[in-house]
Amino acid sequence: MAEKKIKSLGDLTALAGKISESKKNIKARVLICMTGCRALGAELVANEFREKLSAASLDDSVEVVEVGCIGMCAMAPLVLIEPYDVLYGKIRPKHVDEIISATIEKGEILDKFVVKEDGKPVAKISDVSFYKQQQRQVLGNCGRIDPRQIDDAIEKGGYVSAVKAITETAPDQIIEDLIKAGLRGRGGAGFPAGLKWKFARQAPGDEKYLICNADEGDPGAFMDRALLEGDPHKVIEGMLVAAYAIGASHGLMYVRAEYPIAVEHVKIAIVQAREYGLLGGDIAGSGFSFDLEVRMGAGAFVCGEETALIGSLEGKRGMPTPRPPFPATCGYKGKPTNINNVETFANVPLVLSMGPDGYSSIGTEKSKGTKIFALAGKVKNTGLVEVPMGATLRQIVYEIGGGIPDKKEFKGAQLGGPSGGCIPAEYLDYPIDYDSLQELGAIMGSGGLIVMDEDTCMVDIARYFLDFTQSESCGKCTPCRVGTAKMLKMLEAICRGEGKESDLDELERLGEDIRKASLCGLGQTAPNPVLSTLRYFRDEYLEHIREKTCRSGVCKDLLHYVILDVCVGCGACKKVCPVDVIAGEKKQVHTLDQDKCIKCGQCYQTCKFKAISR
Amino acid sequence: MKVNNKQVVLDMRPLDEILSSMPEISQGDLIPLLQQIQSRYGYLRRDVVCEMSRRTKIAVSRIYGVATFYEQFHLEPHGRHTIKCCRGTACHVKGAPEITEAITRVTGVSPGETTDDMKFTFETVACLGTCFLAPVIMIDDDYFGHLTVNKVEGIITNYE
Ligand SMILES: Cc1cc2nc3c(=O)[nH]c(=O)nc-3n(C[C@H](O)[C@H](O)[C@H](O)COP(=O)(O)O)c2cc1C
Ligand code: FES
Repeated sequence: MAEKKIKSLGDLTALAGKISESKKNIKARVLICMTGCRALGAELVANEFREKLSAASLDDSVEVVEVGCIGMCAMAPLVLIEPYDVLYGKIRPKHVDEIISATIEKGEILDKFVVKEDGKPVAKISDVSFYKQQQRQVLGNCGRIDPRQIDDAIEKGGYVSAVKAITETAPDQIIEDLIKAGLRGRGGAGFPAGLKWKFARQAPGDEKYLICNADEGDPGAFMDRALLEGDPHKVIEGMLVAAYAIGASHGLMYVRAEYPIAVEHVKIAIVQAREYGLLGGDIAGSGFSFDLEVRMGAGAFVCGEETALIGSLEGKRGMPTPRPPFPATCGYKGKPTNINNVETFANVPLVLSMGPDGYSSIGTEKSKGTKIFALAGKVKNTGLVEVPMGATLRQIVYEIGGGIPDKKEFKGAQLGGPSGGCIPAEYLDYPIDYDSLQELGAIMGSGGLIVMDEDTCMVDIARYFLDFTQSESCGKCTPCRVGTAKMLKMLEAICRGEGKESDLDELERLGEDIRKASLCGLGQTAPNPVLSTLRYFRDEYLEHIREKTCRSGVCKDLLHYVILDVCVGCGACKKVCPVDVIAGEKKQVHTLDQDKCIKCGQCYQTCKFKAISR
Repeated sequence: MKVNNKQVVLDMRPLDEILSSMPEISQGDLIPLLQQIQSRYGYLRRDVVCEMSRRTKIAVSRIYGVATFYEQFHLEPHGRHTIKCCRGTACHVKGAPEITEAITRVTGVSPGETTDDMKFTFETVACLGTCFLAPVIMIDDDYFGHLTVNKVEGIITNYE
């Protein structure tokens, strides 16, 4: 397939033209999300569309495309229909006939499937508030292209920035542009990407490596997965530019084990990019060579940390090593190595196409561009959102997220996962960027954003994260190994109602010590969830200690299920109780044996009369 | 009759295939190698690991050092079905702890364990990446989202 190889920028743009030309007779496209929506049967919907379209002889003019995350996961499975740009949610195979005959054949919008706002259906995706407030530029192609077809990416301008860069621009110039654009790493710490590239470029040595960190360990975050599954070429394009800028000829992508589809899509993308000569030797006739391999992680959170990740790639236990030496001088196989996050790489083509000034016009003074958040927890529109740096929590949680379900109160939002912190309601209007979050005791992290309401116990949340980091601690350094275990013990005691007031000061003191003395970022940030909840929700801690109550009804040892007088004696709770501790005659108020209750909560969930309190 | 007390005779062919597909094997290939062995044999059988060590000259201690560090590797066989309960943040705030307890009640095993009849292995995972379904569990390839404690038993007893 030698004739397939792209030899110049001209070849690439000509190819893009040819691809659009070949799609001229496509009248409509049915885009079906296959990322999260897959879990709710999107595949069946796609098959049904294909079958029914071909039965109606429409398969030549209507394309069914399996795309990446469209964003509004709360309405899954999602189907987006071009050219009408109408978004249908909660689609099942049985709805397909109607959609074909009304929307595809006649262009009619079916109100019952579209998003409703204030009771009114919103026909166009761009008018839906969830999307209106976003600036989807990194995610631009996500949900619009078939990630397994490089032609789809190329038609949308994919690889143009990279090919232009490696054929026309000097590496130092690219690095300067990146620094000027102000792109900061999206994997956690927010270190300027251009500077890091500069160090790797300046490091002596002929053999250099480039690594893409797709370990995405934050539990409750799925941005990188969505990018890799939905638009892998954008990440590869960013890596190509980075490789050229630092002078690496070999790249590795380290993908979390739990993401088999991301791995599959990246592997397909690599093969297709090689066929076009966009990876491999003499890329696009530039003389520059770069190739990429995919490695799967094996399930260890600490391997997201760069030195542990490198250890894991070398076939070792994933334990961090002290820095310096930094990977830029001594990384994979002891060679200069540059490591960036998936989203960081996906931003690079944008920096080049918009130019440093264009790119840096978005965002705040010190944080440029956009950030993708995985919005989840107690919020209506859970999903993937991309907003300019400096957007406020209120915009994200209320305007995009649609607020808290069941008319509950917002209590806080956890940003940055186990390394981050909890931001309380009083900062809803604070612009979010790397530095403002730091001030508030949280971090940008990778972009997990979990919304919490009045039913979330902040002490329990702190305990939850500590439990996570403590079990994920690799055990190499004592402050992290022993310190987190000690903090966890104290938090568990508080949750059981056995805490002392002096524990709170002790937690703070210990937290500060662990922060300062730990070897890697895992330990250095592990106390954050505790310190930030102590800072903003100290009264909840005190309640657990002094009054032995948990106002959110979460901490089991402080809970008592009691059947109230309003009980109508329907017997539903008695039926579900797995340990048979509820007694009572039909139509009589029931009783619950406190001593034997295991507090599983089934009766509470089952009762339709609010007759059980806790 | 003489009883063969080796439970299962070791079939080396999968290992042969894996090793011959990777030309020069070094320490750096250890994790992909173990991943392939686990996917072919179901778990990291001791005899396979020892044989692999003999052929690759990677010390058994080193292999076990790595295998026990990463959550993905298991040294015991798995049940016919794997139940994965998400313990991610989104699921946690929506009641994952109660779901975990309910699964233990129904299956009789705690996270990390397999039932005696080899029917279920119960695991918890950091995040299934479907946080919008929270709380969510996966049994083999099927997702069950927006769970309540009440639904757990019905779902699990459906599996044979
Ligand atoms: C415990 C721990 C876990 C981490 N996990 C990730 C991760 O999952 N993905 C990621 O990109 N960076 C992660 N990081 C940050 C990386 O060490 C590193 O800073 C990042 O990959 C650099 O890329 P960036 O500059 O593009 O952000 C983690 C750091 C620590 C300390
Ligand atoms: S937190 Fe459970 S799926 Fe993400």
